[in-house]
This record gives sequence, structure tokens and C-alpha cells, in this order.
Amino acid sequence: MSQFAINLIFVGGSFALYIAIAIWARAGSTKEFYVAGGGVNPVMNGMATAADWMSAASFISMAGLIAAGGYANSTFLMGWTGGYVLLAMLLAPYLRKFGKFTVPEFIGDRFYSKNARLVAVACLIIASVTYVIGQMTGAGVAFSRFLEVESDTGLIIAAVIVFLYAVMGGMKGITYTQVAQYVVLIIAYTIPAVFISLQLTGNPLPPLGLFSEHTASGMPLLQKLDLVVRDLGFTDYTADVSNKLNMVLFTLSLMIGTAGLPHVIIRFFTVPKVSDARWSAGWALVFIALLYLTAPAVASMARLNLLNTIYPAGPTADAIQYAERPDWIKNWEQTGLIKFDDKNSDGRIQLYNDKSESFKQTATERGWNGNELTVNNDILVLANPEIANLPGWVIGLIAAGGLAAALSTAAGLLLAISSAVSHDLIKGSINPQISEKGELRAARISMAVAIVVATWLGMNPPGFAAQTVALAFGIAAASIFPALMMGIFSKRVNNKGAIAGMLAGLIATVTYIFLYLGFLFIPGTNMFDNVQANWLFGISPLSFGAVGAMINFIVAFAVSSATEQPPQHIQELVESVRYPKGAGAATDH
Amino acid sequence: MTEHDRNAAAYWSANLRLIVGSLIVWALVSYGGGILFRPLLAGISVGGTDLGFWFAQQGSILTFIALIFFYAWRMNKLDKEFGLHEE
Repeated sequence: MSQFAINLIFVGGSFALYIAIAIWARAGSTKEFYVAGGGVNPVMNGMATAADWMSAASFISMAGLIAAGGYANSTFLMGWTGGYVLLAMLLAPYLRKFGKFTVPEFIGDRFYSKNARLVAVACLIIASVTYVIGQMTGAGVAFSRFLEVESDTGLIIAAVIVFLYAVMGGMKGITYTQVAQYVVLIIAYTIPAVFISLQLTGNPLPPLGLFSEHTASGMPLLQKLDLVVRDLGFTDYTADVSNKLNMVLFTLSLMIGTAGLPHVIIRFFTVPKVSDARWSAGWALVFIALLYLTAPAVASMARLNLLNTIYPAGPTADAIQYAERPDWIKNWEQTGLIKFDDKNSDGRIQLYNDKSESFKQTATERGWNGNELTVNNDILVLANPEIANLPGWVIGLIAAGGLAAALSTAAGLLLAISSAVSHDLIKGSINPQISEKGELRAARISMAVAIVVATWLGMNPPGFAAQTVALAFGIAAASIFPALMMGIFSKRVNNKGAIAGMLAGLIATVTYIFLYLGFLFIPGTNMFDNVQANWLFGISPLSFGAVGAMINFIVAFAVSSATEQPPQHIQELVESVRYPKGAGAATDH
Repeated sequence: MTEHDRNAAAYWSANLRLIVGSLIVWALVSYGGGILFRPLLAGISVGGTDLGFWFAQQGSILTFIALIFFYAWRMNKLDKEFGLHEE
């Protein structure tokens, strides 16, 4: 059977499963459409949250980022998991107790202000739309590589599938497809990792393999990797970072941003009880950790494998001939994600760090004239089975897994967007008299429109697509998370304080990002070059979300204490979200 | 202040204490062990590298999971002790 047929069976099979779930899980009420009826088992919700959260970035890009950056990029591992501790203790249980459908709805009610709700809707839509572009382009890449269709055709196929279960089933359909997608993506991610760990270290568990002995050299794996990269002029894989402040703030921004992303928060509205919301956050992190503990192992092992492929006799001996390169390099060259340029015309592939000043002399002595192989970080996970010579069905599995990761996150984001439009904008602002049936129809139409817009953006990604993730996390961290947290933990913060805080955090963060990355990311409109020497206190634009959050907190408290107390019924509302049962029964006010 | 209010206030401050304690551990393993104190932990070797590297790539994630389950278990117990649990 050809590789194409195998890929088709795996992807087609997983899609058939999602469609079957769509037909089974249709939503009949707005409660089913927005929060799956509120009866999802906490373990199931944990699994759905894991799929909702782990996007194309986690599945496809993260291991590549860690492989390239080594220890320095551990920030992604800590940042994208540590947010769940904040979510479990500071937000999820209380928002579940509040018991409504959307994140802006809580902000609007707690800060007794339609404007606060609208600011929250705007933040939600900007954060979620920028995020969804990445998922759609990720799905397009996976299709074009594995199913040999144009990436646009692949995108439309993916959009139709999401359309079927998201428009029909709303949160209910999305929840159960996300459970299935989690199973597909975690199997796809771990199986190749187990094989590679066995090949390199003899240990079948990748997280243990990472700290085991490299069988071929008898050295610890990480030590061997340090030696190999050092011989090619790269920084040691395990080398420490000098700008610790920036590393701390970047990790903190990712954590706060994670906890403030609306599509993740609304997943906790679907469980029956407050106590379930707490358990569910724990289960979500268990399921996420299965991938996040595997990723750093995949990263180091894949980097070692790649360098061994290019330098079969070791990094101090000759590199392989271009004519003798393995098939996987040829396959990925066609996608443009691997590029070869024989700068010294010796017919061999020299891969090394040509930006290192101290390595220049060695490179010249060896007759090298610049790095000749450019490998896009994103292919590491997708090409992993081919690099390690794994059987064809593993490649089919990776294709289905990458698509599951992209589609599950896209669906969660689309639901957050469409519920903000139909529930917060239409019912909350434009037409409060709308009937239950009318709102359900409005929710379905907004979902359909959101899918069309996301697909169009996926086909015509704005040039800044790659940088917008910083924007999504920055906005979530600087505006949404602090507003929610103060709404629960302070009775003193009032409507004026909350709105001023959200706007201050948002504007400060967006301005700082635009100063270095350009106004709306348009090249050439940046005020400063985006290099460490220019950063304020060495804080990179990507790390500024945490500072934005602090500005939000400070402004909100300052403005609130200069203005009046929130009214009595709002203070009772805060009481009521703090206690799982009864205490301040103020929700009906 | 009624008996009911006192009970609720005691429950809330117990929750706050638990959150502060948990977040101290949360910060110690990630920002401490994984980033700031890494040079201090350089002497403790773990599989070809040092303890700080382990915290950054594995230890903090494992601790986060333990923290959330510990918090959920303690809080669900407190809900019952204070009679504030849902039926």
C-alpha cells in the first residue's frame, strides 16, 4: 500500500469518527449549544480541555522550538502548563459557580456595566481570531504534505468537517469530538516518541529516556547532544540563560495568558458542580502533561537524530553528499520547509551555526562557506517518523494527529467567538428580547460566519500571522485575566476601575509590542529594532503581557479607591461566587 | 455579623491561605528551581545535566499536577466541613 493510501485511511477514518459524533450530539437548546448542557463528566472535560488547549502550536511547533533553543525554550513547557494552576485556584471554580454562558457575561454582570462587557468582547474576539488563523494554516500544511492536495483545498475540507459538528452540536458536539481528537493526537504524538527513545536510549518511556544514557556513545543523552552541537558552533543545548528577568516574565506572561484565554475558561462551564471544576482542571493538566513531558524528549532526540543524519561519522568528520540524502529530506524539500544551498560547491550538506563569531575560524579551516541547510522548526514533529525510519502507518497517524490538534483548538476558539457574538452582542446588547429559539439560530449563524472568516484568513494569512500569538497571549494576560481575578477576589473594584484597568493593560501591552514589531505588525513601522539592547529593562515584547497585567491591577485599584464602592447587590454577587452553595444568594438580583 | 457570615468568612480565609501556600510552591519550582536558582543547583547532576534543567523541563510540570489535585481535594473537603458543598 502506498504512503498516500495509508495517510488517507488514517485521516479519513478519524474524520468519519468526528462526523458520526456530530450526528449523535446535536444541540437542542442554547444551554446545550453554549455549555453542552452543563453535564459533562470532569475527566471527559479534562480530556476535551487538553485537546481544546493543545493547538497546532503545541503539537507541531513546540518540540521544534525546544530543539532549536534547548533549555532557553523551557519557558513554553512551564508557561503553557503553569497557567492551569492559576485557572484551578483563581478562576475556574468561581466562574462555574457564577453559572452563566460566557466570559464577557461575568465581566459585564460583576462590573455592572455594558461597556465593560463590550471591552471584554473586543479583547476576546481579537485574541481568539488571531489564534484561529494559526490553527487553520496548520491544518493546511498538514493536508498539503500528507494528502497531496493544495493547501487551500485541504483547508476547505477541514472547514467543512468543523462546520458539521460545531454548527450542529455547538459546545456539545465540540466536547465529544475533542475527546476523540485528544485520543487521536496523544497516540500520534507518543508512539513515534517511544520508538525514537528506544532507538537512542533503550528506554521505552521518552521522559525517562531524556535523562538516560545514549546507547551508541555510552554517554548521557543530553551530554552527547551538548558535545555535538558545540562541535558545530551552536550554544550548548543545556546552557543557562543570562537574561533571567526576561525569562521569568515571558514564562509568567504565558501562564497568565493561558489562564485568561476565554476558549479554555468556558470549558469549565460545562461540568455539573464547582467541585468538578476543580478536579477537571487537574485532569486537564494530566492529559496535557502526557504531551508536554514527551515534547522535550522528542526535541532533544530529534535534534540529535537530525545532526547524525547530516554527519553520519560525527560532527568533526565530513557531512553527507547531497546526492545521497535520505528520502525524507527530498519529501520535505518539495514543501519548501527544508532548503539546501551548496554555498561552497562541494556537493555536501554543511549544517552549522554560521552566526557564531568564535566558530568562524573553524568553519573557514574546514572549507565551509556558510550554513547550507535551512530546516523549518515546524517539520521536526511531522518528519520525526521518517527521520527515525518508522513504518508507514506511524506517518499516517502523525497526519491524523496534527489535524486533530489544529481542528480541536479551532472549534473551541470558534465557539468562544460565536457565543460572544450571539450571547454578549446580540442578546446582551442589540436585541435583549430575542427568544431562546432565535438566540440558538443566531449562535449557529455566528458560528457559520466565524468559520468562513477563519477559513478565508487561513487561505490569505496576513504576513504577521506568526507573530500574532504574542498578541493573543498579551491581550489575554493584560486584559481578561486581571479583570476576572479582581472580580472574584476583590469586592472593592468597581465598574470604573475595571474598565480603566482593562484599557490601560491592553493599550500598554499592544503599544509595547507595536513599538518593536511594527504598527499592526507592518514591516518598517516599528520605532526600535527588536533586539535586546533596545528593550526596556531587557524585557522583550513577547514578555510584556505580565507587565501589562500588573499595570491593569494597579490602575484598577487606584481608580476604584478614588471612586465609589460597588453597590450592595454586586458585593453580594461576589460573595455568591466564592461559596459553592447558598451563602450569598444574590444571583437573581 | 451572624453565625452564617462568620462561617463563610472562615471558609474564605481558609481558601485564601491554601491558595497562597500553593502558589508559593508553584513559583518556587518554576521561577525558582527552573530559572533563578538554576546556577545554585548546578552541583546536583541529573542524567547528564543539572537539577535546574530537570525542574524547567519536567519537575515543574509534575509539581503543578500534584498542586491542583491537592488543592481540589482540600477544597472539596473544606466545602463539606463548612456545609457549603453542593448536593
